[in-house]
Amino acid sequence: MAQPQVLARPKVTTMAAKRRQEALTGYMFMAPALVIFLVFLIIPIGAAVYLSFTDWNGITPVFDEGAYEQVGLDNYRDLLLGEHTEADGRVVKATTRQRDFFISLKNTTYYVLGVVPTQTLLALILAVIVNQRWLKAKGFFRTAFYFPSITSSVVISIIFMWMFTRGGLINTTIGAVFSGYDSNSFVNWLDDPRGVIHIILEQFGVTRANVGDWASNRSLGLTTWEWLSGPSVTMLTIMILNTWTTIGTMMVIFLAALQNIPSSVYEAAAIDGANAWRIFRQITVPLLRPTTFFVVTLGLIGCFQVFDQIYVISSGGPAKTTLTVAYMVYQNGFNRSAMGLAAATAIILFVIIFAFTLLQRLFVSERANV
Amino acid sequence: MTASTTTAPHERRSPLMTALTVVGWTVLIVFAALEIFPFVFTVANSFKCLPAVQSYPRSIIPVPPFGAECQTETGAARSPGEVSGAVTFNPTLEGYEEIADANLPRWLYNTAIFAVAITIGRLIFDSLAGYALARLKFPGNRLVFYTILGTMMVPAIVLLIPRFIILKELSMLNTYQGLIVPLAVDAFGIFLMKQFFESIPNEIEEAAMVDGANRLTMFFRVVLPMATPALTALAIFSFQGAWNDFLMPLLILSGDSDLWTLTLGLSFLRGAYGETLRWHAFLAGSVLTTLPLALIFFYFQRYFVEGVSYSGLKG
Repeated sequence: MAQPQVLARPKVTTMAAKRRQEALTGYMFMAPALVIFLVFLIIPIGAAVYLSFTDWNGITPVFDEGAYEQVGLDNYRDLLLGEHTEADGRVVKATTRQRDFFISLKNTTYYVLGVVPTQTLLALILAVIVNQRWLKAKGFFRTAFYFPSITSSVVISIIFMWMFTRGGLINTTIGAVFSGYDSNSFVNWLDDPRGVIHIILEQFGVTRANVGDWASNRSLGLTTWEWLSGPSVTMLTIMILNTWTTIGTMMVIFLAALQNIPSSVYEAAAIDGANAWRIFRQITVPLLRPTTFFVVTLGLIGCFQVFDQIYVISSGGPAKTTLTVAYMVYQNGFNRSAMGLAAATAIILFVIIFAFTLLQRLFVSERANV
Repeated sequence: MTASTTTAPHERRSPLMTALTVVGWTVLIVFAALEIFPFVFTVANSFKCLPAVQSYPRSIIPVPPFGAECQTETGAARSPGEVSGAVTFNPTLEGYEEIADANLPRWLYNTAIFAVAITIGRLIFDSLAGYALARLKFPGNRLVFYTILGTMMVPAIVLLIPRFIILKELSMLNTYQGLIVPLAVDAFGIFLMKQFFESIPNEIEEAAMVDGANRLTMFFRVVLPMATPALTALAIFSFQGAWNDFLMPLLILSGDSDLWTLTLGLSFLRGAYGETLRWHAFLAGSVLTTLPLALIFFYFQRYFVEGVSYSGLKG
């Protein structure tokens, strides 16, 4: 009995040494990535949370004595409730920041509500058509749709600005087709703060003046009428831009998923006598569900963070109607020297995105179990 | 390209099917035109004189004389009708000359340096990390993996301010390394490489180990050559991302115009021009910014599409 144990011992130590060696190699391989992640990602996340509880202005070096003071939840209260506590303990109502925040949240929400469903639906329809067996030149269409996705947001923004200027390509082309649309009635795409819903309501004779008193009720710094504005014309232009850019990526993702569905599934359904529409509704759509959720999540995360296009095209204007939450973070931090406030805004944005992603996840797993 | 089907596979050509086919083609052609025409018009107008851009934005056929002068001998701008009609125009390089004078070559040079450096960084560091997570057992590897995965959810805008502070404290603002180092590793790349290494069999590495190769040598001599498809996809995504990035250069390089990238330079130029935008120069700049990526795209198209498809399938 004793002999095998004696024999086994050296083997055990080599195993342990080997394992230690492997762990060491593992850490060595991970080291560059870990260092960069730690310094430029993990620590910054912690710092962002910490700064959101201070009143740092972003100009005084952050490690200087008295560069900032702890203000507790004041930044968050400023943004969400429109109040903060002064040094002497008085609670002060100040709604400017709250109003700006909810304007940006409203704008971002309309943006997301407009872009995400549109691009997802269009991408799905295009992918289904491109995937049809009768279609020739699949490669051409895939390339055509995907090409805008490789172009930088700044370039796309410049191209769209040029196309949508008042006397530009879009207006004059529409004018060439419809004789009633001339330079007097041209839509001022890049500088029109009117809300799209307001414009539509106006067509039916509904205006702020005659809609009733409820429209003047204020909640979260905005009147009900303001909440119901819809995206402004300028925001709509940026929404068209983003939808136009992203459709291609989403289409390619859908197309890959469609091609992954084995044709035997369709053949079985056809033998059972299902028609094309039923097959689409009851086989294609359910099988695409994980992909759809992936595409929607991707869209949500991207849209909630919209920044580049706003920076290049409108800087938040006209009349703050393209002010988005992400742009507000930048503006507060770098133009208005309110880094603490900007950090708090960024954290709220993160929580919103996180909540949506989580909701999506829950929704997916729930539906998958049915 | 597989020719799988989504319709019932029986070949009945009912009138309804014919109608659907026509509708399908129409939808595709309309959308393809919508996606492509902005680029066609951009290229055409980048070769026009400024007044022609404003008066005849839709003329797209270049006709001689090439290299048209946009000014008369006295220096006055020639009228748009002299250099363009409704359909044809006389191409000129004025827009390109103007954007070159606005320091575009420098931006191009900077962008290339950043994009190449960031891509090389990711190829090495992402694959090292991905390999460690896929093949090597070390305490805490799951924690590391889930942390990295979790960081993918953090929006760039949240990191904006603290990254700015850290780079400032490290004296890396307005330097090449300030943009390169933070972006030299990315979570998506690590994830991509980990998935790839898990998908290839272990036997070759085991054989190399028996031969006494150490892990690092084996990694570079044996493992990486096998990973060429994944590395190509990673290289393309990294290069494209770095080339097009705007937010990080804006944060890190704004203060030194010698370091501006193409996206940064173009956007600041737009600010400098104010209301009177020199569109022919802007469009020329847009074309030059897009051209390198377009060439890469057409050459490596398969990898672009496969990479995107892959990212979707794992979801």
